[in-house]
Amino acid sequence: MTILETQDLTYTYSPGTPFEKTAVDCVNLKIEEGELVGVMGHTGSGKSTLIQHFNGLLKPTSGKVILDGEDIWADKKKIRDVRFKAGLVFQYPEYQIFEETVYKDIAFGPKNMGLDEDEIKRRVYETAHDIGLKEELLERSPFDLSGGQKRRVAIAGVMAMEPKLLILDEPTAGLDPAGRDKLLEHIKAYHRRTRNTILIVSHSMEDVAGFADKILVMNKAKLFCYDDTSAVFSRAEEIAGIGLDVPQITKVFVELKKRGLDFGRDVYTLEYAKKLLLKELGGERGAGRC
Amino acid sequence: MLRDITIGQYFPGNSLIHRLDPRFKIVMTLIYIVMLFTGSSVFCLALGAVYTIIAIALSKIPVKMFFKSLRPLLPFLVLTAVLNVLFLDGGDVLFKWKFIEITEDGVRTSVFMIIRIVLLITGSSLLTYTTSPITLTDAIERLLSPLKKIKVPVHELAMMMSIALRFIPTLIEETDKIMSAQKARGAEIDSGSFMTRAKNMISILVPLFISSFRRADELATAMECRCYRGGDGRTRLRQLRSAARDYIALTVTVVFLAGTIVLNILLKQFGI
Ligand SMILES: Nc1ncnc2c1ncn2[C@@H]1O[C@H](COP(=O)(O)OP(=O)(O)OP(=O)(O)O)[C@@H](O)[C@H]1O
Ligand SMILES: [Mg+2]
Repeated sequence: MTILETQDLTYTYSPGTPFEKTAVDCVNLKIEEGELVGVMGHTGSGKSTLIQHFNGLLKPTSGKVILDGEDIWADKKKIRDVRFKAGLVFQYPEYQIFEETVYKDIAFGPKNMGLDEDEIKRRVYETAHDIGLKEELLERSPFDLSGGQKRRVAIAGVMAMEPKLLILDEPTAGLDPAGRDKLLEHIKAYHRRTRNTILIVSHSMEDVAGFADKILVMNKAKLFCYDDTSAVFSRAEEIAGIGLDVPQITKVFVELKKRGLDFGRDVYTLEYAKKLLLKELGGERGAGRC
Repeated sequence: MLRDITIGQYFPGNSLIHRLDPRFKIVMTLIYIVMLFTGSSVFCLALGAVYTIIAIALSKIPVKMFFKSLRPLLPFLVLTAVLNVLFLDGGDVLFKWKFIEITEDGVRTSVFMIIRIVLLITGSSLLTYTTSPITLTDAIERLLSPLKKIKVPVHELAMMMSIALRFIPTLIEETDKIMSAQKARGAEIDSGSFMTRAKNMISILVPLFISSFRRADELATAMECRCYRGGDGRTRLRQLRSAARDYIALTVTVVFLAGTIVLNILLKQFGI
């Protein structure tokens, strides 16, 4: 089932002024239900602009967004329901926290959906568990938490609406490597439980490589490619050409190939590289140790 | 969207008006305002209108920008017109119905007031459209610097003003962002009943206040780190310099003011 489709999606900021800027240019996409998608692209390539169309925060200058089989702008009055179907977590979402307790802040979205107290409670507890917030934190003030914890509260606030499509704009920005890995693990845990489609915008190839089934690359307001992770990274040189880095391990293997050692180019996680190398070494030396 | 508020927004360009010395531009705007207030009849305002139209043409700024800056004032304009029409007596009665009486003077005054306000807003918008806020405060600081002699903290006031100006777009952007974030969580901000909207305002105001305080704090630290210690002995990167065109423009403006005054006297003498 296709969860999200765009048809010739175009968006121009401040049309008719000297600041005019087309940030999304004729994008055609089809995202299937249940997938984990990484969204990549150089700074200013239009990623944030693109994803704000998916829940109707921005209205296309031209083109269509079809969510769950329906044109989201067909009926303006239903746009709020679209926001519950496609949950969007902005960059640095901790700045949107405002309630007195963590519980209340996570419950804000579900409450707006008009759910009953029991259901809200279930959702708050389940998402808090998924995202790794201990239950005793729920009654604390969110402003007393650490930056990383605040970030999780804010993400949980959108997750608790259990949107069919969850979109996260650089959820790991500004976190340390350990915090980054953990957060991604928690998002995966949520994915395992709900099986909802997740889109993650990220600048880190390593993050995306270990996470996403598919990768969407934006370049200068245009869709550069949308394909399986391995297929995208096999185009390492092209990707480097538009100013994006492939994972370091992929670079190592591209260099190895240049020097005559060809493993095939689709190496993008450390685990896989280890397996390949061990196999190769094992073949030469006749022993699997290294 | 909030972003569409244009009053006090700079519209970059390289026209003659853009290149005028900002100090002169401020003085000319003041003269222009005086001109509009000395004019006591529609004919005097016509002179002001000619001046405004010439200036707009020279500035090469799309006319629709000026309509945009007028739009927020529309309710105020309508109110002024209605009050004047209804409550001013004098001259012939044009229309009468129960206690409502519309007189010639009422109509004339309300037309006059509307033109005056429109010109006032358009003219002052022209100043802010063609001058970046930072240049503007620089110019104000320079114009007011004689007041330092009587211990007015001119530099500090100008600094405060430029910081405020600098942060208006940032705050608007921030508000926009927070609004989007809360909308994404289903908050009803531009729809819904008055009560839900008021409640949802809290979800915007709290984060906005928190981030403003954080910003103020960060800015203060950053300024201290760069050894900012007030205006004494501070030099400038961009010096303001006046050229022949500035004096010419000023002269033209003064001529228009003189014209208005003369016209005023003449009209009074002929009793119009
Ligand atoms: N509110 C706005 N008004 C005008 N132009 C904008 C606005 N927001 C973004 N842009 C412009 O649109 C382009 C795309 O911006 P966008 O934020 O979508 O990029 P991005 O891919 O998310 O970048 P980053 O990786 O830095 O977050 C940029 O050139 C930017 O300058
Ligand atoms: Mg972005």
